Amino acid sequence: MKVILLLSVLGLLALFAELFRFKKILYPIILIGLAGAIAVAISYWFFDDGVMTPYFTGMVDGKHQIPTAANAVGHSFNQMLAFGPSSVLFSVIILSTAFLWFIMSKGFFNNDSTNTDHYALIMFALVGAIILTCYTNMTMLFLGIEILSIPLYVLAGSKKSDPLSNESAFKYFILGSFASGFLLFGITLIYGASGSFDLKTIGTFINTSQETIPSFFYAGILLILVGLLFKLAAAPFHFWAPDVYQGAPTPITAFMSTVVKTAAIVAIIRLFLSTTFSGADAFWVPVLGVITGLTLVVGNVTAAAQNNVKRMLAFSSISHAGFLLLGVTALCGFSAKAIVFYTAAYSIGSIATFTVLINIMHQTGSDAIESFNGLGKKNPLMAFMLTIALFSLAGIPPTAGFFAKYYILTAAMTGGHNWLAIIGILSSLVGIYYYFKIIIAMYFKKPTDESLITINKQHQLLLIVTGVIIFLLGLLPDLILSIGDIDKASIEVSTTNILFLYA
Amino acid sequence: MSAIQIIPLNWYVTLSAILFALGVLGVLYRRNAIIILMCIELMLNAVTLLLVAFSAHHSDPTAQVFVFFIMAVAAAEVAVGLAILMMIYRNTKSIDIDILNKLKG
Repeated sequence: MKVILLLSVLGLLALFAELFRFKKILYPIILIGLAGAIAVAISYWFFDDGVMTPYFTGMVDGKHQIPTAANAVGHSFNQMLAFGPSSVLFSVIILSTAFLWFIMSKGFFNNDSTNTDHYALIMFALVGAIILTCYTNMTMLFLGIEILSIPLYVLAGSKKSDPLSNESAFKYFILGSFASGFLLFGITLIYGASGSFDLKTIGTFINTSQETIPSFFYAGILLILVGLLFKLAAAPFHFWAPDVYQGAPTPITAFMSTVVKTAAIVAIIRLFLSTTFSGADAFWVPVLGVITGLTLVVGNVTAAAQNNVKRMLAFSSISHAGFLLLGVTALCGFSAKAIVFYTAAYSIGSIATFTVLINIMHQTGSDAIESFNGLGKKNPLMAFMLTIALFSLAGIPPTAGFFAKYYILTAAMTGGHNWLAIIGILSSLVGIYYYFKIIIAMYFKKPTDESLITINKQHQLLLIVTGVIIFLLGLLPDLILSIGDIDKASIEVSTTNILFLYA
Repeated sequence: MSAIQIIPLNWYVTLSAILFALGVLGVLYRRNAIIILMCIELMLNAVTLLLVAFSAHHSDPTAQVFVFFIMAVAAAEVAVGLAILMMIYRNTKSIDIDILNKLKG
């Protein structure tokens, strides 16, 4: 697991930076290291063993097949992790988001004596996220979630003297460990019924013993679902999210609503869209359907009532979680692809929005919607780029967000969930209302003062890059989607070689 | 057959479910932050007990390895949780969670 090793080493390096006095050059080291990790993750794609069937085309009985030891490369930790094609895609999305996030939040690392710890904690959180993209064993699911969460509890409270940050950290911690408890109880019940933590064995168990499955197995599925939905902040398990997102330092909020959300949905995909639980779909699809509908409605309707932009983005992230879940509920061949595209589009849009928000908050000292008044005149570039990002989040063509929503809705229709698709469309109309509140404030409201809003070169570049990516994904949506179709099954390479290479 | 296997499995499931539910209720209804942390521990220990029982009934040691993971993670979690609590106590001189009400929509 070279990516995991690389990220862990970077984290340790950050811890030693203070001791060996290379604190000054730590930031470039981390950026180069992350770029290296992205390259390593991509390299799995080109050096795979050929036995690996691409995740998105590897369908068995109309269900996705999880890459297992036989058909995935880079399995390690006693075959508890398997780095298949879906892992590559999601890792690249997570790591690229993290890369952009580091560029965005340079200020977060500058103004504090403890900044090297922040680097280390972020790196360790990323390790957890990568584990979630490639676990094939319940043990690793639990460990991945914890490795992702524990650093974030600390980071959410990293403004030590700010009572809001304290409150945010404590709420996140309590509800995070509460959710882990549910997840663990679920894992235990499933182990009790099937006798294994291995995802493939559990899937086989469901298919071979349809009639004799004890009822607590289904309770286990529900409890795991509750645990993971807490992490994803889906209604009715979302109530912690607005408070935590609002109180945490803004860069950490951005990290939570992009990287953590992506990692949480991958964790759900690997259980529910794979052969593991898809055999029991008659049981969990209706449950997840109700939760999806609820999340879409609650997220969007409450977001429309917010006046604080940070809090509004928290609620909007709940509604995006609803769309991601809609893809899972659909449970059709197109679901995973649609979710990949959605996470990419959503992460890019969020990073751009938070970049502007950080600058505004830094200079006006407020995250109320009024602080955006007149931004169109104060800083046209920022206003324009934020408009593009918000268009994308709202799902207006020709931006990435439009195709993201389009694909998810297509998947939902294919899966026969027309009602959920209609709820999705209606609630995203509400979404347009509150995203446009910001745009209207920027262009049509009189500014409260005449001071200009400035933005440094780095953030300017970041905004332009994200804007270009949003348009690129919006104009050429096949760019990401076609990656999943590359069929390498024709290339013959012996498995033992690859075992040697990646073990 | 060991002692743990003589007792029917359902009893373990019921006992753990009761312990787990007590933990959940404690987290939801107690207002003292330390007691909330203890209730979370209770939830994790209920899981641990059940894992060991299942492990004995399946004659499969992997669940007992899992228990070690849970213990390690729970220790790390409590360390972080108590640190956050200390931070709050320094700022507010209280560990009653009702004072944590500044974040509202």
